[in-house]
Amino acid sequence: MSVDIAIRKTLRSDERHFELDVTIASQQRRIVLFGPSGSGKSLTLRAVAGLLTPDAGHVLIDDRVLYDSTSRVDLPTRVRDVAYVYQDYALFPHLTVAQNIGFGLDRGWLNPGRRRRDARVQRWIDSLELGNIADSYPSRISGGQRQRVALARALATEPRIVVLDEPFAALDPALRGRMRAELLALQARHDLQLMVITHDPADVDALDGHTFEIRDGRVVGAPGGPGSWDDARLS
Amino acid sequence: MLVGAIWVPLALTLKVALWATAINLVLGVAVAFGLSRWRSPAREVVDSILTLPLVLPPTVLGYYLLVLLGRRGVFGAWLDRLGIELVFTWQGAVIASTLVAFPLVQKAARAAFEAVDPQLESAARVLGLREAAVFFRVSLPLAARGITAGALLAFARALGEFGATLMIAGNLPGRTQTLSVAIYAAVQAGDDGTAGLMVAVTSVTCVIALLLAGWLAPDHLRRSRP
Repeated sequence: MSVDIAIRKTLRSDERHFELDVTIASQQRRIVLFGPSGSGKSLTLRAVAGLLTPDAGHVLIDDRVLYDSTSRVDLPTRVRDVAYVYQDYALFPHLTVAQNIGFGLDRGWLNPGRRRRDARVQRWIDSLELGNIADSYPSRISGGQRQRVALARALATEPRIVVLDEPFAALDPALRGRMRAELLALQARHDLQLMVITHDPADVDALDGHTFEIRDGRVVGAPGGPGSWDDARLS
Repeated sequence: MLVGAIWVPLALTLKVALWATAINLVLGVAVAFGLSRWRSPAREVVDSILTLPLVLPPTVLGYYLLVLLGRRGVFGAWLDRLGIELVFTWQGAVIASTLVAFPLVQKAARAAFEAVDPQLESAARVLGLREAAVFFRVSLPLAARGITAGALLAFARALGEFGATLMIAGNLPGRTQTLSVAIYAAVQAGDDGTAGLMVAVTSVTCVIALLLAGWLAPDHLRRSRP
């Protein structure tokens, strides 16, 4: 159970020159990347999922090489077994909740039917209490429900790691606390490897994971272990 | 009598327009998807060339088709050896209508594909789909409304095709005489009754197609987003 990431990437555009040089190594099940927006957290997640190709470095999840510039390994996104939960969830608007959850279970050219429901889909619907909205479209459900659907869709494919991009930012504050607790409970129940990025110190406190602070494309300071975050911030 | 005089060209017109629309749905959508993903400065040049049928006089297009597909044409001689004849056939009329209406499908489809949120396509890749599956399960369904609107416009355009059709398919009653060509022939022959009725039928059919296209246009029935 390990995450070993070391990536470098230079991004150039007319108005911006950005250097990403991030090293993250952890044996823990909950990794938190903390930092302001634009610091390179999302780029790091995209590199893990294979949506961004680094200039150099490596990405290993549980000793499986997803990317390595020296041995020229660069697995395509679809075989990485990385689940990605987007900040605004990226649910497919043309599919129902149940179809969204089952999306990654059949990788052919057709979307899952509206009538037939896979037993695995049903399990996730029951597990996350989505039964009464299973046939609804994403535009008709609440923010908290959307997040649960996004999690169920990600977890249904049984990924090795779940990366979450600001999972609580789109929720109203009252809901945030509940969804944090739900995520932790879900992790405990399914023994998930999580990597969460956030700009919110409250998330860092609540998630209490192996925390890396990222600024201007670099990891700053010593990583804080679980429970050490408060001390690190005070010092 | 009158019914037969209208029904034969109407049936031929519908057959030609449906074929032209079907071909454009495949061709126009494929080209549009390719263009929407192609990152090259040449893209807009290709797009302009593909838009030419919209602005060139149909007679010019018809002339090009004759030069290319006629028996002594570049491809015509080759087609002739295969036993395929396009000049003065209804299949020739299909090619004329397809060419003239192509930009309408291509432009609508390209706009629709470019409006699809790239994040949704990424999400499908992360969930394990190959590119072809991403196209059929995410990009195409999300662009379907815009493509359908473009196809209906193309159908309406094909219904009224005159110039290019006359050049390549001619005016053979019962074989290549579509409604718009038949109207011209009827007016030339001084048969105002038949011409008037055919004009009315053509107008009503086109209005129905345009109403459907307008109803399906993304501005009116935007897919509700979270």
